[in-house]
Amino acid sequence: MPTLAKTGNEAMAEAMRQINPDVVAAYPITPATEIVMIFSQFVADGLVDTEYVAVESEHSAMSACVGAAAAGCRVMTGTSSQGLQLMSEILPIASALRLPIVMCDVNRALSGPINIHCDHSDTMAVRDFGWLQIFSENAQEAYDNVLQMMRISENKEIQLPGMVTTDGFIISHCMERVETIDDAAAKQYVGAYQPLKSVLDLDNPITLGSLDLQDYYFEHKMPIVEAMQKAKNVILEVGRDFGQKFGREYGLVETYKLDDAEIAMVALGSTCGTARVIIDELRAQGVKVGLLKIRVFRPFPAEAIVAALKNVQAAAIMDRSDMYSDQGGQVFCEIRSALYDADKKPLLANYVYGLGGREICLEDIRRICADTQANAAAGKVKQLIQHYGVRE
Amino acid sequence: MSKDIKEYLRLDKFPHIWCPGCGHGIILQAVLRAIDRLQLDRDNIAVVSGIGCSSRAAGYVDFNTLHTTHGRALTFATGIKLAKPELTVIVLTGDGDCSAIGGNHLIHAARRNIDLNVIVFNNSIYGMTGGQYSPTTPTTDYAATAPYGNIDNAFDLCELTRAAGASYVARSTTFHAAQIPLLVEKGIKNKGFSFIDIITACPIYYGRMNKMPDAVDMLKTQRDNARNIKQWDIMTAEEKQGKFVIGELYNKPAPEYTDAYRQLREKTHAL
Ligand SMILES: Cc1ncc(C[n+]2csc(CCOP(=O)(O)OP(=O)(O)O)c2C)c(N)n1
Ligand code: SF4
Repeated sequence: MPTLAKTGNEAMAEAMRQINPDVVAAYPITPATEIVMIFSQFVADGLVDTEYVAVESEHSAMSACVGAAAAGCRVMTGTSSQGLQLMSEILPIASALRLPIVMCDVNRALSGPINIHCDHSDTMAVRDFGWLQIFSENAQEAYDNVLQMMRISENKEIQLPGMVTTDGFIISHCMERVETIDDAAAKQYVGAYQPLKSVLDLDNPITLGSLDLQDYYFEHKMPIVEAMQKAKNVILEVGRDFGQKFGREYGLVETYKLDDAEIAMVALGSTCGTARVIIDELRAQGVKVGLLKIRVFRPFPAEAIVAALKNVQAAAIMDRSDMYSDQGGQVFCEIRSALYDADKKPLLANYVYGLGGREICLEDIRRICADTQANAAAGKVKQLIQHYGVRE
Repeated sequence: MSKDIKEYLRLDKFPHIWCPGCGHGIILQAVLRAIDRLQLDRDNIAVVSGIGCSSRAAGYVDFNTLHTTHGRALTFATGIKLAKPELTVIVLTGDGDCSAIGGNHLIHAARRNIDLNVIVFNNSIYGMTGGQYSPTTPTTDYAATAPYGNIDNAFDLCELTRAAGASYVARSTTFHAAQIPLLVEKGIKNKGFSFIDIITACPIYYGRMNKMPDAVDMLKTQRDNARNIKQWDIMTAEEKQGKFVIGELYNKPAPEYTDAYRQLREKTHAL
């Protein structure tokens, strides 16, 4: 297994090369441009068999993806922020038509004001469209997750589109050590695509997306609900198989020093890397602190989260986006809801942080852990929701 | 009395983002000269832009400015103009911004002949995202997304907007910097949709990918290929090969949209 120095974008493009999709349709947008640019070079150099469609907007990109996937092709794309929002009209169509399109999505703040740096508001805004969502902590995971997502999406029981995310610039543009898999092994792991349907299959003509009113629309939404339920097991299987074959196992969530922890931090994406450093530091001082990393956000791993937090006294839930609902961030809301029926649950405090790329440093994590310790000691939460790091 | 154009700039926003040799600054100063000549009250000017290197211009000028989303400058501008028809609304946009992702809005704004003044910073490329081809990249030219040459046909944005209904259409280049203010001035004076296409240079991407990394060479190419409208009209099809026309291409007053809207309101309110 070659070890290379790659940025998150390069790592994702490399996974795309190995997957060798039939069609990629994309439109450039910072900080995701590089993924599809590198890939388009692979196409130009004949390293893949892909038809690359350079469209004139993300709306067209996702539309072309849906068209190609409906024709039975393996389809991928990449985007970020405003581009993802512009795809919004088509995203729920991709899931409703059960088209396993895989997207490399680089998390970036939404306009306005215009900003190109990382937060999770773009990805969170499309969380309810029936797409699988996996967050990556670093470039290695970005690479591994793209390969796995293709298999999860294309699984016969699932047949849902999926997005693998990285954090804009923090992962997309930072060069890291990435262990890649040999082409043949990657190809074998992902497997050949056998579409369950194709509008081009003249022997079995089908209609996709036709008018569906009060009579059947509701029934036709249920398969998404069921596929999302089943996806949890499939994600676990695919992650386990990845571990057996390549030594890096993945689950729905990941815990770090959480087994005997009294306090915990819950986070997504690159912040988990920062949190690990402080957890090690505090552990050395005897503080029983651990990390719960949410890897999969859709489907939402409620059961795994409840189980992981059951012995924790207080937890800090980190949200890199706000819902503007006066109820904190999306992660907080969903975790609070998941814990409602739990017999044993921690005190929760929400930290909305890092909007528009505001740095989250070691010192910040240290402070939030100290807050959490204080909450645990007091037996109550001092402040339920905080917009952490905002200047007065 | 003419002011120093620096007075129209938000100098605290400098240095600007444009690369050395980029033509966008030439266009911006020419637009400011036109505004200065017209002696417009700057509080009555609204400058709207989309997203791109070119669209950053809105941030640098000291008027009412709105920096919007990629491709949508014309829709925001339409809203402003309908709400406050007395404002002079100027749209600063790129070829990608107004003719790729925002192409639909361009034809419909022109069709309505709404009194907007659109200045396109046309560098035949998406500069901001690293040199992907745009709808104005000439066929066979190179771009990051066309490493073996572009197979798409290019838009002639002046023909497009004229056919769609614009009442004033003009083109110039950054080489012809002295001509730009004259065209912009007439465009602003025209009550209707004014479309001004300025051919400019992106030496960093378009230039480098098309064996013209030197900004001065790009200006020379503009000089060599541009033909004034008077000359153009007597050129043969053969002579026009590889050349393009500059100057005032179309100027024919036509009913303007916010006027028509006001009249309709007056009529229906009188009922
Ligand atoms: C919805 C959306 N998609 C993509 C982008 C990324 N993007 C920013 S500028 C740009 C192209 C700009 O090209 P052009 O308008 O020609 O301006 P230039 O940079 O060449 O001046 C793109 C694709 C974006 N900001 N928003
Ligand atoms: S990339 Fe091109 S268009 Fe953008 S500022 Fe540089 S030279 Fe100008």
